[in-house]
Amino acid sequence: MLARRLIPCLDVRDGVVVKGVKFRNHEIIGDIVPLAQKYAEAGADELVFYDITASSDKRVVDKSWVSKIAQVIDIPFCVAGGIKTVEDAGLILEMGADKISINSPALANPELITALYNTYGQQCVVVGIDSFYNEASGNYEVYQFTGDEKRTQKTQWQTVDWVQEVQKRGAGEIVLNCMNQDGVRKGYDIEQLIKVRAACDVPLIASGGAGETQHFKDVFEQADVDGALAASVFHKGIIEIPVLKQWLREQQITMRN
Amino acid sequence: MPTTKTKVTVINTGCANIASVKFAFERLGAAVTVSDDVQKISLADHVILPGVGAAPAAMKSIQGKQLIDCIQHLTQPVLGVCLGMQLMVSNSEESDLGSSNNTPCLNLMPGKVERMQVGDLRLPHMGWNQISIVEQNPLFKGISNGSYFYFVHSYAVSKYEHTLASCDYGKPFSAAIHRNNFFGVQFHPERSSDAGAQLLENFLLI
Repeated sequence: MLARRLIPCLDVRDGVVVKGVKFRNHEIIGDIVPLAQKYAEAGADELVFYDITASSDKRVVDKSWVSKIAQVIDIPFCVAGGIKTVEDAGLILEMGADKISINSPALANPELITALYNTYGQQCVVVGIDSFYNEASGNYEVYQFTGDEKRTQKTQWQTVDWVQEVQKRGAGEIVLNCMNQDGVRKGYDIEQLIKVRAACDVPLIASGGAGETQHFKDVFEQADVDGALAASVFHKGIIEIPVLKQWLREQQITMRN
Repeated sequence: MPTTKTKVTVINTGCANIASVKFAFERLGAAVTVSDDVQKISLADHVILPGVGAAPAAMKSIQGKQLIDCIQHLTQPVLGVCLGMQLMVSNSEESDLGSSNNTPCLNLMPGKVERMQVGDLRLPHMGWNQISIVEQNPLFKGISNGSYFYFVHSYAVSKYEHTLASCDYGKPFSAAIHRNNFFGVQFHPERSSDAGAQLLENFLLI
């Protein structure tokens, strides 16, 4: 059976791993390579590295850390942030990343998704979506440039529409980051994920809100997501991955051993 | 671990993600060269046909580098990984988005790569899945039935006479294939933790 995936996410800023609350107030967590290695050894199924400054800054971002990660870890990893062209993606993949994830650049230029599909294959094209629940309107809205508070802006897209659009254009996986939940550890946005799951035929990864082991069980069982991404609970040692995997296995969730 | 430093050449197909395979062999102590030079490929102890990308782009690149004949005449152990495995059979259904032409492959063994039919399941088949060993082979020495490997693909070769190990997603497909000196794995051993490292080490000992 295909196992559900546990995916620690490492937000990278200026070459170190950071974490903020609701995308704000970033604090330094540690160096990239030792953290990557630690998670691989702990049984993480995959890693995601978000270069959170990249999409919002115009400068060229140093990505040499991608190669350093590829040298030491033996589980798959995805790199996100600052990938605006087929050539950008090619460089990251050549350095040893297994997948690349695009978010703001896909919104600015949806053609990029298809170009990546045609060049590298659907399997390495991940589209990240930052979705905000607007309580006033009851709508799920797609946001852009969320790495930079000053530039964060709402787009014209409703989340489910964008989910369908990116699949049409060739996305191989979708990471849905529920912004209202990010970093607050109150659980994944099951309601939203169920709606997106119904519109998503490619693997769907839940992001934002993990705080306790029960949240992982809930998101796998209720929203039927393929993977659950989390950051602070892992970085702060609130949940240990081997313990979580064992518990989920006892709850009849398929986990890699 | 192999006692002498085995020389591995990773064929530079011009597509992406050659580094991860290279690093995985280096972790095992092998001397790895990445090359698209016919001489260098032909003289290697072991050859890797790597694997990320789309079949049409990969075949176009291999053709452009005039490597088809070279690869077809290799006699040392050759391991195709993921797309690299798919390129080893006769042809592939994979085409550019919007096109429906089959892509002729390297024809190192019979077989056809088809879009996976998985019913309600999601494609790509992405993540860790278990393999069933179909035929005993040194490639799977010390790897138990049911071991998890990392898969990322939407196309596959059905289970058939050249299948060494199978995997089930919607229906059974070839997780590993073999004919003479040619071995192919649909999963990514370089990203499959301990089981993957074991398989690569086994390959170096063939």
